[in-house]
Amino acid sequence: MQDIIIIGAGVTGCAIARELSRYKLDVLVVDKASDVCEGTSKANSGIVHAGYDAEPGTLKAKLNVRGNAMMEQLSKDLDFSFKRNGSMVLCFDEAGKGTLKRLYDQGIQNGVKDLKIITGDEARAIEKELSDEVTAALLVPTGGIVCPFNLTIALAENACVNGVKFSLATEVTGIEKKGEGFVVKTSKGDFETKLVVNAAGVYAAKFHNMVSSEKINIIPRKGEYCLCDKNVGGLVEHTIFQLPTKYGKGVLVTPTVHGNLLLGPTAVDIDDFEGVNTTQEGLEDLLKRCALSVKQIPSRQIITSFAGLRAHEEKNDFILGEAADVPGFFDAAGIESPGLSCAPAIGEYMAELITKKLPAEKKENFVATRKGVPSMALATPEEKQKLISENPLYANVICRCELVTEGEIVDAIKRPLGATTLDGVKRRTRAGMGRCQAGFCSPKTVEILARELGKDISEICKNDEGSEFLEGYIKD
Amino acid sequence: MDKDLVIIGGGPAGLAAAVAAKEAGVNDLLILERDNKLGGILNQCIHNGFGLHTFKEELTGPEYAARFIVRAKELEIPYKLETMVVDISADGDAKIVTYMNREEGLVVVRAKAVILCMGCRERSRGALNIPGYRPAGIYTAGTAQRYVNIEGRMPGKEVVILGSGDIGLIMARRMTFEGAKVKLVAELMPYSGGLKRNIAQCLNDFDIPLLLSHTVVDIKGKERVEAVVIAEVDEKSKPIPGTEQEIKCDTLLLSCGLIPENELSNALGVEMNRVTNGPLVNESLETSVPGVFACGNVLHVHDLVDYVSEEATQAGKKAAEYLGKSEAVNAGGDKKIVIKAVDGVRYTVPSIIRLDHMEDRQVVRFRVGAVYKKVAIQVLAGDKEIMNLKKQALAPGEMEQVILRKSVLESIPDLSEVTVRVKTD
Repeated sequence: MQDIIIIGAGVTGCAIARELSRYKLDVLVVDKASDVCEGTSKANSGIVHAGYDAEPGTLKAKLNVRGNAMMEQLSKDLDFSFKRNGSMVLCFDEAGKGTLKRLYDQGIQNGVKDLKIITGDEARAIEKELSDEVTAALLVPTGGIVCPFNLTIALAENACVNGVKFSLATEVTGIEKKGEGFVVKTSKGDFETKLVVNAAGVYAAKFHNMVSSEKINIIPRKGEYCLCDKNVGGLVEHTIFQLPTKYGKGVLVTPTVHGNLLLGPTAVDIDDFEGVNTTQEGLEDLLKRCALSVKQIPSRQIITSFAGLRAHEEKNDFILGEAADVPGFFDAAGIESPGLSCAPAIGEYMAELITKKLPAEKKENFVATRKGVPSMALATPEEKQKLISENPLYANVICRCELVTEGEIVDAIKRPLGATTLDGVKRRTRAGMGRCQAGFCSPKTVEILARELGKDISEICKNDEGSEFLEGYIKD
Repeated sequence: MDKDLVIIGGGPAGLAAAVAAKEAGVNDLLILERDNKLGGILNQCIHNGFGLHTFKEELTGPEYAARFIVRAKELEIPYKLETMVVDISADGDAKIVTYMNREEGLVVVRAKAVILCMGCRERSRGALNIPGYRPAGIYTAGTAQRYVNIEGRMPGKEVVILGSGDIGLIMARRMTFEGAKVKLVAELMPYSGGLKRNIAQCLNDFDIPLLLSHTVVDIKGKERVEAVVIAEVDEKSKPIPGTEQEIKCDTLLLSCGLIPENELSNALGVEMNRVTNGPLVNESLETSVPGVFACGNVLHVHDLVDYVSEEATQAGKKAAEYLGKSEAVNAGGDKKIVIKAVDGVRYTVPSIIRLDHMEDRQVVRFRVGAVYKKVAIQVLAGDKEIMNLKKQALAPGEMEQVILRKSVLESIPDLSEVTVRVKTD
């Protein structure tokens, strides 16, 4: 019997797991995907919002400001990339200035520091590539950018090191009340548990509605993005938003924490909970919208495009806490933007609620820090030399575009909750994320994965089962 | 470490450059190669058709490479494998090359001259911005070629190929030989980007349809490719609504162009040609940074490796001249002639000729931007026609060349510009 089963190994589930790993509790995280960070957490803007967007008094408002404040220290403790690059919200006409003022007031009420409304010229003085149409902007120095993959992976690894168990490639098929606890039925058998935490992203309503008569409704809201080459990563320094629309924060133009330029997202409500395909219309639309913000969109420098689904809840706020009619069933549902920014705060908030329900002692030996995969690309010459002298594999470059070595890939495979797929290696090391998009390195990475996992290369997948790269031998 | 000459890349360009430099007397040289053997991409090009110009016989890629590898070994040219150059910068006249490998760790070399031979990469699905899912089963043609020819593995059984570049055409035939069904090749342009002989030998001979003015507009399948949707495009390359057809397949190969890999050239601040995405070079194949030369696909994408070898030989010789190892043709003076590419000629390599450094015959290579029938290549020195070559056909997939004679250029007083154009009337 588990104390707690968390459904969903995205950033929310992993943040909750990490907070719970401070306590003497048996925690199991299950996810249908073969790796952590395979849903909404892997395909979003990677922004740490300041907290001016959310309506004052909502959970979104409260946890965003808290999450933003926590992120910097957490990035040091858990060794993932985070940068406080600041953001700007652009306004293009007189009518928009009222909205800008409303965001400013809302930000002040929510406790966002150092907000300032500036003129179009002042904005252009800070960001030279902003379009001439910009008439005013909200300057937000506390906004930041984060690596969404490594934030999630770091939380998961740290939880794992502190005793949380993970069962991946495990699809939950049913949840039943049994006595004081629950039976969670999965593709890998039934698990009994005292409490359930529902952090299932776009599927959270499905699991909630299995046990609660107070139904919730979550709509997958698709966002498409284009990612540009690092050679245009410096187009803007701040994250550039436009005034929000009824579908969310509008499109942005932002540097990523790794130095690429990210354009997007669109916002379209869809029916397909797995509909992460990009569309011709979506890609065209986002480029057109982004073109309002800056003088020129470097569309020739696009190296990839992708789509993610936001878990939009009808009532427009997070649902955090015990379901009113199901004692022991905790929701962390409706986690759309600013969910990534809030994740550390959601973890803290949920762990407090859960440990009130199921009191537990704190561990004396909790490990609060984690070291990530070393990066040869970011290392100084001295650090490079040191890594190579300890392990020569750090001198064998596999991904030439992002300068990722065999040493880093082997580390990513061998560490706790290590990579088992090509995408898993990619998210942990950036191998294949560069301008050639894995053309050169994928055969080599597949070979290293097979060697380290004791498999044949034909068994290596891109991500989930069924995504094998190869179909047998020649002359078959 | 100090070196007279460092050659970055041990593929066909690097090998030929090294051999030529050594033969011209450069003894203190070093080839740095990132793969685990010399020969570059030729190692996976196991089809024949290489060497017709150079050796007057038909060789496979590995055989062609072997000729140069053997020669490099005879000449005892030093090389390092699985060695990646991670940075290059200039320090006065010296070039600081930083490389990395398992045996030596991080090593800094001060070189007097450098030849850039890094080759090119394939345009990816992302760069083409093809909409749809992102499942397994989408490969550039070269990656698939590696799986089939080096690993002996099949990337899939039912194949659609987007782009009619030469590697795609070669892979259409190769996958067919290995039992896959290649359903079609779709090409965005109204003409193929590949060699005519490859269309005949790799598609026509196997009844593989080539659909010109078609592209992939959607990719289906969440884990593995299940189908692609192709559509006809208009003259602006925009898909025409209503022409979509879904083709069931498990594999999409991309052969949509090659991009010179100039990350190091950019790090060094070499001036680039926006058309070729390679460095701007003069008659010696020297870039804007003195003592840094470029040749092969890093300079501009070639159709035949024979021309790569020829070009690289020139770069090696000229690097030797720069190093003072052999008599410069005509040292002193700095009179520059700019070569302009106009009227259908997209670019030329070289784009600058210094008369005083020019040899008697200067090969100028270029590509045209469209298909032409019964035209002429015209070369003007200033406004005087110095060459008019009748051409039955010109196509973007085939590299063209003209040979300029030094005596002709010298005979025109105050010449500052040579123009190469397609004459259509």
